[in-house]
Amino acid sequence: MKFLLRGGFALLTAITYCAQAETEKLTIYTYSSFVSDWGPGPAVKKAFERDCNCELDFVGLEDGAALLSRLQLEGRHSKADIILGLDTNLTTEAAATGLLAPHGLNIDELDLSIDWTDDVFLPYDYGHFAFVYDSEALAVVPGSLEALVQDTSGPQLIIQDPRTSTPGLGLLLWIRVVFGDDAPLAWSQLAPRILTVTAGWSAAYGLFLEGEAPLVLSYTTSPAYHRHVEGTDRYRAAAFSEGHYAQIEVAAKLADSPHQALADRFLVFMLSPAFQDLIPTTNWMFPAGRTSQPLPDAFTGLVQPTRTLLIEPEQVAAHRRAWVREWLEVLGR
Amino acid sequence: MARSPGPLTRKFYAIARISWPGVVSALFLLLLIGATFTVLLIGSGPIRLINDLGKDPYLRQVVGFTLWQASLSTLLSIGMAIPVARAFARQPSFPGRRLVLQLLGLPVVTPVIVAVLGIIAVYGQSGILRDGLQLLGLSWSGRFYGLTGILVAHVFFNFPLSVRMLLPAWDRIPSENWRLASQLGMNSRQLFRWLEWPALTSVLPGTAAVVFLLCFSSFAVVLVLGGGPSATTIEVAIYQALRFEFDPPRAAALALGQLGICTALVLGLHHWIRAQSISRGLASGARYRPDADQSIHRSFDLAVIGLTSTFVALPLAAIVYAGCTGPLSSVLLDSRLWAAAGRSVGIALAAAAVALSLAAGLLVTSRHLVFQLRRRTESDVLQIAGSITLAVPPMVTGTGLFLLLLPLGIAFDLAVLVIILVNATLVLPYMMRTVGPAFLDAGHRYDRLCRQLGMSGWYRLRLADWPIIRRPLGFAVALCATLSVGDMGVAALFDTSGAITLPVLLYHRLGAYRFDEAAVTALALIVLCAVVFLVVDRGIGRWHS
Amino acid sequence: MAFLTLKNLRFRQGTWQFAIDAKIERNSCTAIIGPSGAGKSTLLSLIAGFERPERGAIFVDAEDITALAPALRPVTILFQENNLFAHLTLARNIGLGRHPGLQLSAEDKTRIEEAVAAVGLDGLEDRLPESVSGGERQRAALARCLCQDRAVLLLDEPFNSLDPALRHEMRSLVDRLRRERCLTVLLVSHNPEEAAEIADTALFMHGGQILERGNLEELLKRPRTSQLAHYLGQSRE
Repeated sequence: MKFLLRGGFALLTAITYCAQAETEKLTIYTYSSFVSDWGPGPAVKKAFERDCNCELDFVGLEDGAALLSRLQLEGRHSKADIILGLDTNLTTEAAATGLLAPHGLNIDELDLSIDWTDDVFLPYDYGHFAFVYDSEALAVVPGSLEALVQDTSGPQLIIQDPRTSTPGLGLLLWIRVVFGDDAPLAWSQLAPRILTVTAGWSAAYGLFLEGEAPLVLSYTTSPAYHRHVEGTDRYRAAAFSEGHYAQIEVAAKLADSPHQALADRFLVFMLSPAFQDLIPTTNWMFPAGRTSQPLPDAFTGLVQPTRTLLIEPEQVAAHRRAWVREWLEVLGR
Repeated sequence: MARSPGPLTRKFYAIARISWPGVVSALFLLLLIGATFTVLLIGSGPIRLINDLGKDPYLRQVVGFTLWQASLSTLLSIGMAIPVARAFARQPSFPGRRLVLQLLGLPVVTPVIVAVLGIIAVYGQSGILRDGLQLLGLSWSGRFYGLTGILVAHVFFNFPLSVRMLLPAWDRIPSENWRLASQLGMNSRQLFRWLEWPALTSVLPGTAAVVFLLCFSSFAVVLVLGGGPSATTIEVAIYQALRFEFDPPRAAALALGQLGICTALVLGLHHWIRAQSISRGLASGARYRPDADQSIHRSFDLAVIGLTSTFVALPLAAIVYAGCTGPLSSVLLDSRLWAAAGRSVGIALAAAAVALSLAAGLLVTSRHLVFQLRRRTESDVLQIAGSITLAVPPMVTGTGLFLLLLPLGIAFDLAVLVIILVNATLVLPYMMRTVGPAFLDAGHRYDRLCRQLGMSGWYRLRLADWPIIRRPLGFAVALCATLSVGDMGVAALFDTSGAITLPVLLYHRLGAYRFDEAAVTALALIVLCAVVFLVVDRGIGRWHS
Repeated sequence: MAFLTLKNLRFRQGTWQFAIDAKIERNSCTAIIGPSGAGKSTLLSLIAGFERPERGAIFVDAEDITALAPALRPVTILFQENNLFAHLTLARNIGLGRHPGLQLSAEDKTRIEEAVAAVGLDGLEDRLPESVSGGERQRAALARCLCQDRAVLLLDEPFNSLDPALRHEMRSLVDRLRRERCLTVLLVSHNPEEAAEIADTALFMHGGQILERGNLEELLKRPRTSQLAHYLGQSRE
């Protein structure tokens, strides 16, 4: 009798172990708002796991730029299989770590809505940065970046840290494009009105919604959420005459990942309608790949930038640290 | 023919044989600190630090701000503490006195991140205070994040602590002095000038030194309330250098700088720190005072005490209220919360055990050195070793270990182990100061008796020491475990999943601005701390074997 | 050689120096008298083994005990206070005299009962020290000394805090035990008249040295040195 029990137990353990060993686990490092309950994470996980017979595990970091330093921090021993959430400002530095593998897909066959040539990174959404304001709290809306910076009696604003957050880095580069070498001066003019610098986009936007400040750095598409979900037009993006800095968010797989085939499968999935359809109404950005439905009505009437600003990734890579140091020094005064 | 060991060698072996516990503990600490220092030195190169300080104005700002906020916090905490301590001393009995004094002891054991959340809830931009002021038609448009927020939080922690550290000063005033002053007809102001202030000067430097060091090495407060590069301290800069910028040499340089400044401060202030004990602060205060009966003073004192109680209780009450009315089910049913809580408790108990072992080794040998070998200096050295964390902040040790393990690729795998180790050094001073006096007292009373009876080692600990040190030991282990549960410093550094310990989970919820979830998590953390404390304290201290 | 011999004992504590030579007879009761600071307690400490002399030796029954630890010497000592562990019953306190870990054999238990009876504490063994009187506490401590079964008994003014009647009673008890068990007693006292009740010889100590020694009554009646006279309150013309 005892032998039967012991034998049965061993068999059960073996079966469980095999069963567990069969379901592969794919670990994706991304930013925290992606994995939040109202972000794309849960729906993406459900959709992918339905077909793949695997387990999808998201690890949420503060924001996109933190992904780069985490990659560097963990090095070859990283548990990540895919890194999702960097943007083109960071791709050169990320590739330079040597930790990422080429995706191996033929870009011509992918139906991307933007011009793309990179063989390591694949885009999944894009948008433009913009300052979002509360129309009930702000009477005079700045019409340009210069106006925002130089209006010393202007409204307080909330921004993100360029070291951890891709919007934060985006603003840094935006000001660099518009003001050139006068960027430190522009920052010093802006600094007194910065209420706080948060580590990630979620904290900044949350503070903004709580009414802590009438202006926050976000995206042209943020108002779409409020229109679509809350049915209100209260929160709007400010259109700047100099143009808006663009962001293309990308994903890539890690060269040391033991689940190469599964990772490839995810990347293909990422550009398919199953994933892309979720982007507009969960991540509130423009989808980079094919979608099976048109954009929701809330996306009409959004701010259309007169110009798209973007610094070459190689340039960003060469100067990012110096520009960030400069920013730290100006804001630290 | 073998040479027999000379008398000196025999003496050395005799001492070594008995002193091994203390030597082991001391060596362990030395190894830890030495490894940290070496790694930091190699990782940064001191030349780079001086270079950086010279060239990089941001680093200068960070160091300057750290010193500045610590000084302001100390001034404010102590400035506010003096009238409050005086009020307590002057009113030796009023309903609830004991309760209020115990309330003042709460901030020290409250997890920093929980208290910060409470402070935001009360004093933040959309907090209770502003709503209240708005009701009264007033408004205050100052910025909360930044220096203001940091000062409020530091005062929340250190002002009650200062009151409890200053209160024993009044016990040092001989009762005859009061009677003399009454005969001379001194008024309240003169009493302060001639009697109370001189007594205060004996405890003020120690209190100020301790508070300054605490504020200087403050991490969680500045991380949450700093709000930007203009309000960054060295410890936060280290954290950011590692996790935001991936700049290990810079992190190492900053950690070295922190280590250097803290060591210099401890060496410079050690005379006062040694004299200062973190007492349980329930002063007797039953002394005759000529100005105690006057109703104007009584009203003033009670008002001051009332305001103080409100100041301390409000943030904690805000958290409890927000937690109770928040999304309890969704947060409490989240398995991540329980996993984080379990890890927190496991780490805390392990850290307390390690700290206890280290402290036991140091104290046993220290006592032996004092009573039997009459080597007071060596004994003092061992006891000072127990307070090593004042000079070497946990973040520095954590950074050193992190940089040591990083190239080996096991930094995150060994995260829990490192957190246990660093937390052990964090709570070691508390262990030493709580168990130490009782242990030495037992020695003072029974050392000769034990030697006479041949009671040594295990027999002595079990029969002679244990009954005396049991209660303080229970309290010490409970306190240390609670401090470790609530600590968020090194854990934040090593965290990969956002929920390695409960405070880190809370911090991330705060960061994602899920305020109501954060409040429930904070409530869970408070309850966890309370449970850990009570179970350990009663389990060790009061359970009858 | 006498039963307890102190040979050329030298000890230094800071600037204070100590130089002792003495011979104590077996089964005698010697009082050690002198002003405070003379080194009386230090002498007992040296004999008991709590301090190590710089030079010299201590012999008990022709055996050199100078290098032995306190627990290994044929000496037992009663202090002024803290003779008992406050948290252990009298019986357990006394039992520690037999084994420091309280692992007691049947014979140990018999001896304990004997000691309890010898000091007159029957019925009180299971009480805690705080629930008995001062005199009963000192009796218990004495009982423990008896359990240790050592040849030399040192008393460092253990009866100071008791009333005069009780002091007398305790001294009588000590005297009786000394005679019954052939103990050699050294008694530090700051009251020579009281000590004279049970002590026959005396050592007068002053400034770390033994200035006078001999029969106690003789010394009290006819002090030979001015220091002793001064100590006793007599002037010497």
